[in-house]
Amino acid sequence: MKGKVIVITSGKGGVGKTTTTANLGTALAMMGQKVVLVDTDIGLRNLDVVMGLENRIVFDIVDLVNGHCKLKQALIRDKRFEGMSLLPAAQTKDKSSVTPHQMKNLTNELRKQYDFILVDCPAGIEQGFRNAIAGADDAIVVATPEVSSVRDADRIIGLLEAAGLSRARLIINRMRQSMVKRGDMMDIDDIIDILSIDLLGVVPEDELIIVSTNKGEPAVLETNSRAGGAYRRIARRIMGEEVALLDPNDNNSFMNRFKKIIKLAR
Amino acid sequence: MFDLISKLFYRENMTSRDIAKERLRLVLVHDRSSSSPELLNALKEDLIRVIREYMEIDEDALVVDLANEEDAVALIANIPVKGFRRAVNQ
Repeated sequence: MKGKVIVITSGKGGVGKTTTTANLGTALAMMGQKVVLVDTDIGLRNLDVVMGLENRIVFDIVDLVNGHCKLKQALIRDKRFEGMSLLPAAQTKDKSSVTPHQMKNLTNELRKQYDFILVDCPAGIEQGFRNAIAGADDAIVVATPEVSSVRDADRIIGLLEAAGLSRARLIINRMRQSMVKRGDMMDIDDIIDILSIDLLGVVPEDELIIVSTNKGEPAVLETNSRAGGAYRRIARRIMGEEVALLDPNDNNSFMNRFKKIIKLAR
Repeated sequence: MFDLISKLFYRENMTSRDIAKERLRLVLVHDRSSSSPELLNALKEDLIRVIREYMEIDEDALVVDLANEEDAVALIANIPVKGFRRAVNQ
């Protein structure tokens, strides 16, 4: 098996990297893929609680790269999908406890056992970021339709390009169509224009994300979550399927605009 | 004065979406130029090469930089000219 390593990054904190990692991983596992989620946010781990696996942690990524445990011991098997595992970050160490070289070796090891290795990157552009991208084949940049988030995304896209990851794709998170209509939020094509990057998907603002995080159950498991539906469609796109970027239940004019963007991106 | 008033009025009529786009556009010009100074340097080299064909310039004193105008970014090049080449009749 030769798995694909995808890093999920954003620059700015709080825009939904961890939620995106958890949901895309779960959606891919739902499609029968073997998936491992790697939390590289050492010192501020959260992917475990979003996945509802926080009680099962014994060893972590720092233990693993320093040889204090075996790969099998550090990986936490998901309780819902047998093909999915989590490699948790350490909570008591700092970002320098792992080096980019160690990360590269680790992801190469994981490639042998999994179809997808999703790396949840910490906020910032320092060592944590360099670690997270070290072994990546592809990058997903998450941004919300806000000036600060798009600005940081632009910086991150530049740094990814400099590191040889020039085919990063964008997920716009927490989109609020009602605000766009009022003229109070940047629209999808505004952001795509500014960043000149391919669009991977758009996730609407959805209260159910908070509910699902409360419970430790990713929203993709919830059939009536709009954000969950968006993540399921993004996962199909990652698998190479052509999927309309928008929820078919959303209004028509929005749909048409989307089609336009897909063509632009091609 | 009139200019200022019309500008304020214009801004007032802009949606916050338009203001966000405009501000982002400007801030990214600076971010991108400062995060890759080699790009400005490459531009400087190219400028020198082109201008040298027409006039003699003080290459060491040449300054190329971005400057902030009110709501635009300008590329400012300060190029001391030492001499002009004689026109070549064809």
